[in-house]
Amino acid sequence: MSTIEERVKKIIVEQLGVKEEEVKPEASFENDLGADSLDTVELVMALEEEFETEIPDEEAEKIKTVQAAIDYVSAHSDD
Amino acid sequence: MQSLTEQVALVTGASRGIGRAIAESLVAQGAFVIGTATSEQGAAAIDEYLGDNGKGIALNVTDTEQLTDTIKGLEKEYGKIDILVNNAGITRDNLMMRMKDDEWEAVINTNLSAVFRVCKAVIRGMMKRRSGRIINISSVVGTTGNPGQVNYCAAKAGLVGFSKSLAKEVAARGITVNCVAPGFIDTDMTKALTDDQKQAIFANIPAERLGKPEEVAAAVSFLASPGAAYITGETIHVNGGMAMV
Repeated sequence: MSTIEERVKKIIVEQLGVKEEEVKPEASFENDLGADSLDTVELVMALEEEFETEIPDEEAEKIKTVQAAIDYVSAHSDD
Repeated sequence: MQSLTEQVALVTGASRGIGRAIAESLVAQGAFVIGTATSEQGAAAIDEYLGDNGKGIALNVTDTEQLTDTIKGLEKEYGKIDILVNNAGITRDNLMMRMKDDEWEAVINTNLSAVFRVCKAVIRGMMKRRSGRIINISSVVGTTGNPGQVNYCAAKAGLVGFSKSLAKEVAARGITVNCVAPGFIDTDMTKALTDDQKQAIFANIPAERLGKPEEVAAAVSFLASPGAAYITGETIHVNGGMAMV
């Protein structure tokens, strides 16, 4: 079973079409990984599906970096 | 030739008039159609005319929670919604100076805000599949204006701006968003007109007749078809020349 961190990174690689080594914790989706605002909305949707959770809009807006995504999922996921 | 085989369409306000013609036209193109009505009675009527090619459901498009749950349920049951036609609409005509707040709000809510809500609920799946067609039924009066209908005209014009903006947001995801703007169409709404009223209306219609619901549906079916993939943010007017824009 992969760790939450690995699963989040895998989704980011798939959704944004970036290389795994680019997905550093401090990397910003929009500034470093070339995502536009719609890409980040889709990324949140993909995270919701992978971890079977619903991320409220006001929380989703704060998920701007790789680490923020890992932190959110770690805090709100049952697995 | 059938171009919509294995596609699932959701048509709001499908129990009669233009909505029914749209549902039947999409079925003729091979789509499975879910038609909505405000009442169980309307849903049953849709069930009856669609037969095995679709399903009628009762849906109050102004209730966000019910709407979101219903869309989720439909996507589970039918796998996806490829085509969304926002056709449901009401009128509460009155001169602006006499118009009550509730007449204004009812029309804006049903004809404009509900479209926002239905689109929001449906577009998620379209984004994931990288394909989808949204067709909003506007009206010629949204462009020309019409005395006694400030609410209706504002909502119908609003749909055009809404569709253009959404079209820009989701074009890169293979989703198109367009409007069809009918003129005077032969439905229950216009059957109530007297011959004199009709003659007065025809004076402004170069085609000298009312349009048929099927003629509006044909434009909708075209926008839903694979051939229209590169058309987005557009409004097709179906009005016999009444307004050329």
